[in-house]
Amino acid sequence: MKKLVSSVLAASMVLSLAACGSSASSAAESTAASSEASSTAATAEAGEGSGTYTGTPIKIGGIGPITGGAAVYGQAVKNAEELAVKEINAANGSDVFEWKFEDDEHDAEKSVNAYNTLKDWGLQILAGPVTTTPSLAVAAETANDNMFMMTPSASAVDVINTGDNVFQICFTDPNQGVASADYIADNQLATKVGIIYDSSDAYSRGIHDKFQAEAAEKGLEIVADEAFTADNKSDLSTQVAKCQEAGADLVFLPIYYQEASQILIVANKTGYTPTFFGCDGMDGILAIEGFDTSLAEGLMLLTPFAADAQDEKTQAFVTAYVDAYGDTPNQFAADAYDVIYAIYEAVLAGNINGDMDASEICEVLKTQFTSMSFDGLTGEGMTWDASGAVSKSPKAVVIKDGAYAAM
Amino acid sequence: MNLKNLNRSTKSNIITFGIVIGFYLLIQILSAAGMVTNSFAGQLVPICAYVVMAVSLNLTVGMLGELSLGHAGFMSVGAFAGTLVWVTLYDTAFPKPAALLLAFVVGGVVAGIFGFLVGIPVLRLSGDYLAIVTLAFGEIVKNFMNACNLGIDSKGLHFSLKDTASLNLDADGKVLINGAMGITGIKKASTFTIGIVLVIITLAVIINLVNSRAGRAITSIRDNEIAARSVGIPITKYKLMAFVTSAVFAGMAGVLYSLNYSSLVAKKFDYNTSILILVFVVLGGIGNLRGSVIAATVLTVLPELLRSMNDYRMLIYAIVLIVVMIFNQSPQMIAMRKRLTARFRKDAAGKAPKKNKKEAA
Repeated sequence: MKKLVSSVLAASMVLSLAACGSSASSAAESTAASSEASSTAATAEAGEGSGTYTGTPIKIGGIGPITGGAAVYGQAVKNAEELAVKEINAANGSDVFEWKFEDDEHDAEKSVNAYNTLKDWGLQILAGPVTTTPSLAVAAETANDNMFMMTPSASAVDVINTGDNVFQICFTDPNQGVASADYIADNQLATKVGIIYDSSDAYSRGIHDKFQAEAAEKGLEIVADEAFTADNKSDLSTQVAKCQEAGADLVFLPIYYQEASQILIVANKTGYTPTFFGCDGMDGILAIEGFDTSLAEGLMLLTPFAADAQDEKTQAFVTAYVDAYGDTPNQFAADAYDVIYAIYEAVLAGNINGDMDASEICEVLKTQFTSMSFDGLTGEGMTWDASGAVSKSPKAVVIKDGAYAAM
Repeated sequence: MNLKNLNRSTKSNIITFGIVIGFYLLIQILSAAGMVTNSFAGQLVPICAYVVMAVSLNLTVGMLGELSLGHAGFMSVGAFAGTLVWVTLYDTAFPKPAALLLAFVVGGVVAGIFGFLVGIPVLRLSGDYLAIVTLAFGEIVKNFMNACNLGIDSKGLHFSLKDTASLNLDADGKVLINGAMGITGIKKASTFTIGIVLVIITLAVIINLVNSRAGRAITSIRDNEIAARSVGIPITKYKLMAFVTSAVFAGMAGVLYSLNYSSLVAKKFDYNTSILILVFVVLGGIGNLRGSVIAATVLTVLPELLRSMNDYRMLIYAIVLIVVMIFNQSPQMIAMRKRLTARFRKDAAGKAPKKNKKEAA
């Protein structure tokens, strides 16, 4: 009996495999046929060169966690990318981008699977992944395929070091750590600094390590250096107490806003009132449900984006985003929105169209990105160097009367 | 050779190996014909790793009858040990195939040592202790590797549990393990062929162990420990033998898995992964090695096949698990399957499977 069942299972596996294979090959044939048909059209139209896009739609894909623990970030990126693609397509009249988003559950294996699935779909430009660990794994794959990859929010340096086809639109972690230390030292915010960070998180670790090194150079004294991990973050009072005992007059929090809000609550209870200083992960703290925002009063953070900034671009984006998804966008959304628009600008400037293969597109985008300057939500005059790192100036904001205010 | 004259277990083993080799040949033919999608091709190595994990866990859960909830911990230990060997040897003049082989051996041995250390105190006890201790072991490994910093320079290895700055590396030093970021910049080495070879080695060793004198001793402990003790079987020795063998192959599976990606983080090998492997074993049938192979393959591919369902895929995956569980385990279904197969047995053997396929699917 067992033999029978197993042979049947094996047979059905074989059938399903064969089905996979044949559907893929037929899809490939049909895309080949359609690209042949459209390439003639594209060459005919290329002569106009009006600045708007007239070629075959380019297949752009996103990857990020839309289920699981990190789903907040992936969902924000997904929404913003969708919004940007829709806006661009509507403004252009015809489709510039064809867009697809795959879930990776914040897992490297799933992320590579998602990337392979997008490749089967005909991916030409990758706007993702969202989180660092999956990005590292996917970056190695894209480097291998010479597929252009621009991540909205995977901020570790190792991501862009993987290949020259990998670009970031967010600050790198070290960049944030150094910028934070410089800012604190140059503005003489404090002399005794405490740090509370998540040692099990690559983002937090990355900023922490560089902050530590830069602080030493700038003559900041680190009196307390406390870590927690993803498994024991439900109670952070010990870490806060240690900073208090050490007499830190500024506590640096290179962590995400959920944990930071707990720290603020604990500090408030024990009557500890140092200056708290965060990085871009802190953005969103005012939107936590049930959190008394008065506790965040005086909190400083370096962030490329603030949803209540008054400039026209931010306002337009926030309004469109709220209308479409009923939620205030965070900096992940803003980064993702910028990724799509930056790629769009580079596509127009580089005369890219959807008939080129991914590798050709990658070469053109590489030269475009290293030579262009882009004004987006998260910074004016962004430029990229050959390594793929962005150069934009971090903005420091302070929370005043429940809203961000420039410093 | 007449198939009828072979004993039952030999026949069953031939079928198991036949499935694995057949699968390999099929994929080779399909990929030569360009019919394998990127998506599927990318999953081949993880499939092999999970198959090895499931088969090795089945030795502990199915043959030894002890519940282990920390199998991913052994995978993690093996993965880190083997990957360290590979990363350090990659830039040297050491021949690559030898380095790769060494990585697998080291991964297996280190995981085996940990299996031995965990097993000594625990396997003297009976009951749920092993489940609790292995659960703790898996978590300890994860948290330790998350905090672990390891670097190398001309003076040798540097180790710290705090951060990379306190490693005090020379300028020419290289950080090998960077805390939560794990090992990055791994040169991919795993291929489907290596994966299949590992699967076959694992199956050969475990099947032979199970069918040997030692294997009979192990299953006798599972069936009745007191009876086994009364006939003079050294319980702890055989328990350790099964448990360590299981850990060794988990370690090798870890090496196979980690060398398939450019980065390795400890977070991957958490409690969820241990449970996932246990699900493979339970769904494939406890004590059924071939079932483990098939369940691991199907359940690894299934979530990817369900991608088109978007958010519903988690739901459907869960429903499929429940349906398969009922199909495999419920007494009524077993009786029904028996009736069906009895009918087919009477028919000519060759044509039977066609009709039964719907039931299986």
